[in-house]
Amino acid sequence: MDQTQAVTKKKMRQPIESGCPDGMQYMHPLMLKNFGNWKYHDRPRPGVLHHVAHSGDEIWTVRLGTQRQLGPYEINLLCDIIDKYGEGYVRFTIRSNMEVMVSKWEKVAPLIKAIEAAGYPVGGTGNSVTMISHTQGWLHCDIPGTDASGVVKALMDELHTEFVREEMPNRVHITTSCCQINCGGQGDIAINVQYTKPPKINHDLVANVCERPSVVARCPVAAIRPAIVNGKPSLEVDEKKCICCGACYPPCPPMQINDADHSKLAIWVGGKNSNARSKPMFHKLVAAGIPNNPPRWPEAAAIVKKILAVYKQDARDWERVGDWVERIGWPRFFELTGLPFTKFHIDNWRGARNSLNASTHIRF
Amino acid sequence: MSERPKPVDPERHSSYLPREKKSTKPFHQTPMLDQLVDGPWPSFVTGLKRLAHGNNMMVDVLGQLEHSYKTRLGYWKGGTVSVFGYGGGIIPRFSEVAAMFPESKEFHTLRVQPPAGNHYTTKMLRQLSNSWNKWGSGLIAFHGQTGNIMFIGSTSENTQHFFDEINEYGFDLGGAGPCVRTAMSCVGAARCEQSNCNEMKVHRTLVNNFIDDMHRPALPYKFKFKVSGCPNDCMNSIQRADFAVIGTWRDDIQVDQAEVKAYVGSHGRKYTIDNVVARCPTKALSLNDDDTLAIDNRNCVRCMHCINVMTKALSPGKDKGITLLIGGKRTLKIGDTMGTVIVPFMKLDTDEDYEKLREIAANVIDFWAENGLEHERCGEMIERIGLVNFLEGIGIDVDPHMISHPRTSSYVRMDEWDQEAEKWMQRKQPATA
Repeated sequence: MDQTQAVTKKKMRQPIESGCPDGMQYMHPLMLKNFGNWKYHDRPRPGVLHHVAHSGDEIWTVRLGTQRQLGPYEINLLCDIIDKYGEGYVRFTIRSNMEVMVSKWEKVAPLIKAIEAAGYPVGGTGNSVTMISHTQGWLHCDIPGTDASGVVKALMDELHTEFVREEMPNRVHITTSCCQINCGGQGDIAINVQYTKPPKINHDLVANVCERPSVVARCPVAAIRPAIVNGKPSLEVDEKKCICCGACYPPCPPMQINDADHSKLAIWVGGKNSNARSKPMFHKLVAAGIPNNPPRWPEAAAIVKKILAVYKQDARDWERVGDWVERIGWPRFFELTGLPFTKFHIDNWRGARNSLNASTHIRF
Repeated sequence: MSERPKPVDPERHSSYLPREKKSTKPFHQTPMLDQLVDGPWPSFVTGLKRLAHGNNMMVDVLGQLEHSYKTRLGYWKGGTVSVFGYGGGIIPRFSEVAAMFPESKEFHTLRVQPPAGNHYTTKMLRQLSNSWNKWGSGLIAFHGQTGNIMFIGSTSENTQHFFDEINEYGFDLGGAGPCVRTAMSCVGAARCEQSNCNEMKVHRTLVNNFIDDMHRPALPYKFKFKVSGCPNDCMNSIQRADFAVIGTWRDDIQVDQAEVKAYVGSHGRKYTIDNVVARCPTKALSLNDDDTLAIDNRNCVRCMHCINVMTKALSPGKDKGITLLIGGKRTLKIGDTMGTVIVPFMKLDTDEDYEKLREIAANVIDFWAENGLEHERCGEMIERIGLVNFLEGIGIDVDPHMISHPRTSSYVRMDEWDQEAEKWMQRKQPATA
């Protein structure tokens, strides 16, 4: 290296590869003290958990819903409340709810009052509709068909009363996803983008932007092949084979899959992560062709509310949405919700025959 | 939709907007986003507007977001940004409509690993927020779907400054790209009586052992660890993790019969039979005439239902450990796969036990790194090559707990049946001897 260069070159700081920090250092002292020695829990009211340790120690947790995207104002507002009415310790659930722990029952009511006075809902415990699991959407994603924060805000406004109460047969986990990759994950009800048209290709850009063999390999139905278009190396799509999944779009942005009118929403039900009662289940398609209609997505919200109303009315205690549909059967689900059953509900992907009724088990 | 009551103190409320505008750039009109300001749920739009009062970057982000709402299209493109010494951990975003919204032409996200179990003190939350307010937009997502704290919105230059600052006080980047990703673990032993392992220790043992594979993406595709302390699987690990660790137990459910009687007394016999006994998936429960519970523990599959319902009367057994499942993921490319059992039970008490867990994880990642195709998740590779080839690759013996039922197709060559049967008999011998 040239000596003058060596002198002027700014020394870069080496990262400390510390990895995942130890949670113990931020944990409520009662949780630290009784780590691994809890005896039971109950819920004195919606939004509050009460855990009792073998030592006799008790801890109360107040759960509140957030908008997930927090700025310094919200963080300081909530931290001020937690410092004044709580004990300075907080954790987040997987669904962006905050949990504030306190060591005395007497602290719970003033804490709830302060949280609610600041405009944050207390709930999301037990058999409630808890916060919708959340992706990035138009705010930050590079491939989104819709927004995430907006869909969640619009729906949670509608479902607010179900968040602060525990009146469902069992807990309800709703998820949203802005493309078919489904980052929002499995849900009792999932609202996911569903593309309905093959990608539109900008052939001028493909050769410079995309690694063509990996794009070809990415297609689940082998509908993409290399081609020379307008004298330039590009890719072409067999539109008869294309299932409009959008898998080619992330590795090759000139293959635009999103379309203002043709990116629709689909609703899926019955996903369940827990092993309780039945084994974990994937969610199943129940409605599609729903317009992607910002800022409040009223058509999608109406279907979600209809499904929730029927589930609340018809399911037995402790049945998750998926458990409930397994008991009553899919024909009854479509009858009760009034949703149309179409040829698109019948799977034709690998393993599809496992989803057909190979019996005479039929309800009349 | 219920309306929100008027705030008692409007200065201390999620709907608060500053009177003073410190950002120099005028606001864009946002008629669509404005419709997401009202309503009982706290509004992210109000949050973005608050930030836009303080910085020009957020003024233009709001403008671009409104543009997306109007045109129903996204306008962020990826690129390459990282911090010195690392290859991943940052999601670069460059605006495609920077001509209209120049202040947010660079709007990158840093993925940062939260403390295991997502525990924070208010002091640490404020510290993180202050650092991000200094170097970025101020906007933080708690948390992303993989489990990262997402620090949303900074320029290429400031990502390095922000990372340097938080790295000094103990935070490190997570994964992005084809690498080991940030892991997740439930609240577990810290506050849950249903915990069967030290979730935080498992979480940190696994992910911090593969920190090089996280920071320098060189694997076929993403690889996720998730840890749930019991089969309720609050971390969704079976469906979302390539490597799922789930706490379980192998002795009997602990029963407090006095509490069972109390439960029957308060909820009624019919309710108890319908909602506890009849909901057992393997019919292992029976309510005795004296309102105590009989449990056929040999046929209990540890589903958790009865323990979830009767939290005072029932709890997991004392001989605790974990089950390992491999290969969960969503649709892309071959369709959904659930994780499947590769280790039905292992203890996790001693350093040697943790070492064994680390070894299994290393064997899985090494075998997959060697044999996985580009952009092929571990579960997809197993689907392509078959579970038996995978097990032989990582040195784990077949076990009937790995299957729902034996094969139904006779189209298979079984030349070495006798040797394989002998292996099973050999393995079983010490247990029966």
